[in-house]
Amino acid sequence: MKALFAFFTGVLLASAAPASSTSIQPALVGSKKFTESYVLADIAQLAIERAGYPAEHRQGMGGTIILWEALKEGAITCYPEYTGTIREVILKTRGPTTEGTGEADVERMRQRFAQFGVGMTGKLGFNNTYALVMRREQARQLGIHQISDLNRYPQLPVGLSHEFLGREDGWTPLCARYGLHMRNVRGMDHTLAYEALAKGEIDVMDAYSTDARIAEENLVALRDDQGFFPQYQAVFLYRLEADPRVLQALRSLEGTLTEQRMIQLNAAAERARDYSRAAALYFHERVQSHADSLASKLARWTARHLLLVGLSLSGSIVLGVPLGIWAGRPGWGSEIILGVTGVVQTVPSLALLALLVSIPFLGIGPQTAIIALFLYGLLPIVRNTASGLQDIPRPVRESAQALGLEPRAQLTQVFLPLASRSIFAGIKTSAVINVGTATLAALIGAGGLGEPIISGLNLNDSALILEGALPAAFLALLVQTAFGFLDRLLIPKGLRLASV
Amino acid sequence: MIPKPSPIELVGVTKCFGSLVALEQTDLVFEAGKTTVLIGPSGCGKSTILRLIVGLLQPTAGLVRFEDRVLSSETILGLRRRMGYVIQEGGLFPHLTARQNILLLATHLRQPQAEMRARLAELCELTRLASVALSRYPVELSGGQRQRVCLIRALMLRPDVLLLDEPLAALDPMVRANLQMELKTIFRQICQTVIFVTHDLAEAAWLGDRIVLLRQGRVVQSGSFATLVEQPATSFVSEFINAQRKLALV
Repeated sequence: MKALFAFFTGVLLASAAPASSTSIQPALVGSKKFTESYVLADIAQLAIERAGYPAEHRQGMGGTIILWEALKEGAITCYPEYTGTIREVILKTRGPTTEGTGEADVERMRQRFAQFGVGMTGKLGFNNTYALVMRREQARQLGIHQISDLNRYPQLPVGLSHEFLGREDGWTPLCARYGLHMRNVRGMDHTLAYEALAKGEIDVMDAYSTDARIAEENLVALRDDQGFFPQYQAVFLYRLEADPRVLQALRSLEGTLTEQRMIQLNAAAERARDYSRAAALYFHERVQSHADSLASKLARWTARHLLLVGLSLSGSIVLGVPLGIWAGRPGWGSEIILGVTGVVQTVPSLALLALLVSIPFLGIGPQTAIIALFLYGLLPIVRNTASGLQDIPRPVRESAQALGLEPRAQLTQVFLPLASRSIFAGIKTSAVINVGTATLAALIGAGGLGEPIISGLNLNDSALILEGALPAAFLALLVQTAFGFLDRLLIPKGLRLASV
Repeated sequence: MIPKPSPIELVGVTKCFGSLVALEQTDLVFEAGKTTVLIGPSGCGKSTILRLIVGLLQPTAGLVRFEDRVLSSETILGLRRRMGYVIQEGGLFPHLTARQNILLLATHLRQPQAEMRARLAELCELTRLASVALSRYPVELSGGQRQRVCLIRALMLRPDVLLLDEPLAALDPMVRANLQMELKTIFRQICQTVIFVTHDLAEAAWLGDRIVLLRQGRVVQSGSFATLVEQPATSFVSEFINAQRKLALV
């Protein structure tokens, strides 16, 4: 937290260099927003910790681009990735889809990563690619083991996700390669397809080869005998300058995860709704060892949440009140300030976060979330300060001038106290908005009460969502109430009497 | 007592608001130690004169002189501290008690505590303000008390000039009559240059050593009330006086 504080002040002073700390920085493991990525990242975290180095898991930070940018900037130390994604999204190499698995290809990837200061481990052992799956029982009865066997049964009903139907490595080229002529093909929602398959409404569907449900629902993935699907071998990408213990820990995972094993771990994670359990399972540990208690998790999330809100709100106040004083004076300055802060407020919060993430020295993490919240908090404070000052009746304003107070004393002794109610209302609005908006900070790895909400949304676990949503709502009410009490302390008594 | 030189003088002052001429080519000398009343119908420029003197407005042409200094953005702060300014209503700061209102400038200028207390007591006696009122906020005071507090605030630093802009206009008639009586005594006691703006002829006649009658941004006539009645400079002077007298007889 101290480092974060230093970072924030650093950013405020417009210094691009993050403050360095003498204490050991923990290795930051990032993950994408799906179960397998969470599990792999948790395994990495545990492996690094077992190697004697501190590690933290930034859960579900976003998609490929966000994770890759974060790694490139050094905002995270490592994250799990797939060779197919590396080739097509990150390095954007074009070629036959089966390429990228041989040692020569891996070596080429490593060379290209080196220019970014990034390294790549060897394959972890499983290939998470698309697969066609069937009920195990039926496949055995019909003697279907590989995709080419489907040629014998063109009447089998097929249910496919819309994405798979549209992809370049999807259904149409697959049929072309295998010469399939399935007569009964429907596009449908992926989750619904599993249910339809279980009920026998369809007999074949697409899936990820390591989907937990393949094992859970006793399905079988047909062998890709023509090698059509591209390789999505799991690896870890990491910063080359990371501590040797971190690298050693990641390397120790190479070749240890078969598809079967990964399916089991994913299933364990989804069943228990707890990724760290799955990670513990990988190390054959007792399951409770790693999981925090709910109370300690809540405390951590809330503390981080308050830190995000506190720092951003302080910034909004420190800059917003002076800007409001300026905007309260007649002239073009007022229009510009109110116009600009108004425009910032209009940008949707998610879009603002995304825009800020793309600024080079900000990137992923709490500092970006704090700046976004700070910008959001600015308008209510600026506008209320300005209008509070403008609403001071002319006789009072002129009395203060005629009395012989210097302009500065007029402001501090008369005008600001008179506008205090309005200014305070603006600060209260900012605070309440910030408590709510700060839940979005978890999307860019800044933590807070948004973390369980987003994990819960990814896992479709409403209990987990509530673990974040209820405290966030409660916090907003608390802030509102606390400001009610502060009102009495900070607003001059004469003004409170006047409004009765 | 040797008459002091006039502290305040308007020299060829014109004040325009856009195309509207509020005051035109006006020369005025305010006598030291005397009460001058500015009177005239609405929009005649009487309040504009006070606002020019206290620096809330700047002349479009001409200048305002305070003793040997010309009012400007450099001199105004110091000169304001030598003036007391009382307006119709609303001039008190609502977030401060009556006492805090009165002592705001003195405290800001770090005047000795004992001196401030003594001066405050003296002024409360002069204006007959009950000392319990001092710890109240403006909203808790009556209209008359509020104007007394304004007056005390204006007099706190012993100003050389007291400027009052229709200080009694918003009060009900009984309170107003009382305060008119008291003000006359107060003005006599403090022996200061007073400039008093009103639209009420009786008030002007009662309080003013000298009356300046204005119309449409120009001085029509100035002199004692008797002079205005007996030797009106124009027919407007007689009309203005007669109109108000008729009403007073009802």
